[in-house]
Amino acid sequence: MSDTYNKSDEDAAPIDPRDAADAAPAGPELLPLDAWHRARGARMVPFAGYEMPVQYDGIIAEHLWTRAHAGLFDVSHMGQLMVTGAGAAEALEALLPGDISALKPGRIRYSLLLAEDGGILDDLMVTNVTPPDATEPAYYVVVNGATKWDDMGHMREHLPDAITLSYMDERALLALQGPEAAQALDKVIPGATAELKFMQGTSREWRGAQVGIGRSGYTGEDGFELSVPDSHVEQLADALCALEEVKPIGLGARDSLRLEAGLPLYGHDLSEATDPVSADLGFAISKRRRAQGGFPGTDAILAALAAGPARKRVGLALDGRMAAREGASILHDGHAIGIITSGGFSPSLERPIAMGFVDAALAAPATELEIDVRGRMIRASVVPLPFVPHRYFR
Amino acid sequence: MTRYFTKDHEWIAIDGETATVGITDYAQGQLGDITFVELPAAGATLGKGDSVSVVDSVKAASDVYSPVSGTVSGVNAALSDSPELVNTAAETEGWLWQMTLSDASELDGLMDEPAYRTFVDTL
Repeated sequence: MSDTYNKSDEDAAPIDPRDAADAAPAGPELLPLDAWHRARGARMVPFAGYEMPVQYDGIIAEHLWTRAHAGLFDVSHMGQLMVTGAGAAEALEALLPGDISALKPGRIRYSLLLAEDGGILDDLMVTNVTPPDATEPAYYVVVNGATKWDDMGHMREHLPDAITLSYMDERALLALQGPEAAQALDKVIPGATAELKFMQGTSREWRGAQVGIGRSGYTGEDGFELSVPDSHVEQLADALCALEEVKPIGLGARDSLRLEAGLPLYGHDLSEATDPVSADLGFAISKRRRAQGGFPGTDAILAALAAGPARKRVGLALDGRMAAREGASILHDGHAIGIITSGGFSPSLERPIAMGFVDAALAAPATELEIDVRGRMIRASVVPLPFVPHRYFR
Repeated sequence: MTRYFTKDHEWIAIDGETATVGITDYAQGQLGDITFVELPAAGATLGKGDSVSVVDSVKAASDVYSPVSGTVSGVNAALSDSPELVNTAAETEGWLWQMTLSDASELDGLMDEPAYRTFVDTL
């Protein structure tokens, strides 16, 4: 038997329209697994309002483990939201450029929360979790941790009153990623993986708790995101990490893995000053939406699609071993033509890689550029993204 | 051979006229996996506190400052192929550069080993 993630009222609080954006806690919060991470030797750092594990054994070892086996990431800082009510798809389409109406139950889409000028407020994943016998649709939305409070404020302000927006703040989120993720999950929650391909979701009862399972992730590998009540997250993390193919992996490797996979990170590669076309996220603007419009920034985004963007997000492979970091200038013939938005050493390729925005005329693969790394000019060439091929289960 | 330490987690070992400089084991542990070390040119003149070297880890690039004034007399060539030596042997084989001192009295302002270990315990 399978059903989609069920909307579970008992662990979701409706958002008060007046003060969602003001509800962000003042100091760093602790994850439900805080003590679990510390007991495993994690180094904890403040990130997105939480104390987060940045590494356990070392970033390179954790990175390579995930590419070869399976890594367990605690991404409970991310915002898990539920949008329900008659007309929820149309209401979301007023905020996002995706074809939410066409998203079938059990299907996941990557989308963007857009500002009126077409700037990106956040990137997110939306899953149609409407149960088969439901009278009204339900969408499970996962947004970035650092932006979740602003996102909730924005969504509550712009969604019609008849649409319920709930913050599932008593749920943790784990990501199990890597070529052995499916075999590992099968040992703990048997059967769920068989019904899922990439970007599909389902749910299971596990030790009395409802666990939402989506076959997606942020590493370029096959993998799953597991939404689990706080009360059961330690049991689930223990059960997975008891398997020889699974190790806990920190935020440091999460960042190097997603960079190799060419996946943008909000707040670095994406911002309110970035539009989806420049960011090379045109795939997130569905065909029907291009034809019909009706999403924030429609005019600006359609114009950029038609004329081509002035600048474009590209991948860069650097000569030598010195890494270029966010903020470094990109030059061509001595002129500044762009900026690095993410960069670092690639553990899989054993060389520095970066993503940045460059003039569209210089965005073609094999274009030779230079990057100013603390005054030293490093040669780099534009390369296609991803740097490391995706291995999704399709 | 006497070894001194800075609050920025460099060590400097004095052997007659020559000194060897590196980062401490505590520092490498904080930086994580080191992927590249940028070293000064032999013959370069260094002022006390100058940023002389950059240690690049998977996470970030970090400056290394000269603990004292002097002239670079050699660099650790093994680091170009094996920057991870700074992780595995920060206070021995993972040294960064050697220098001749121009003012040995600058050593007086540095910590000795027990003082440095005590300092690290407070961090």
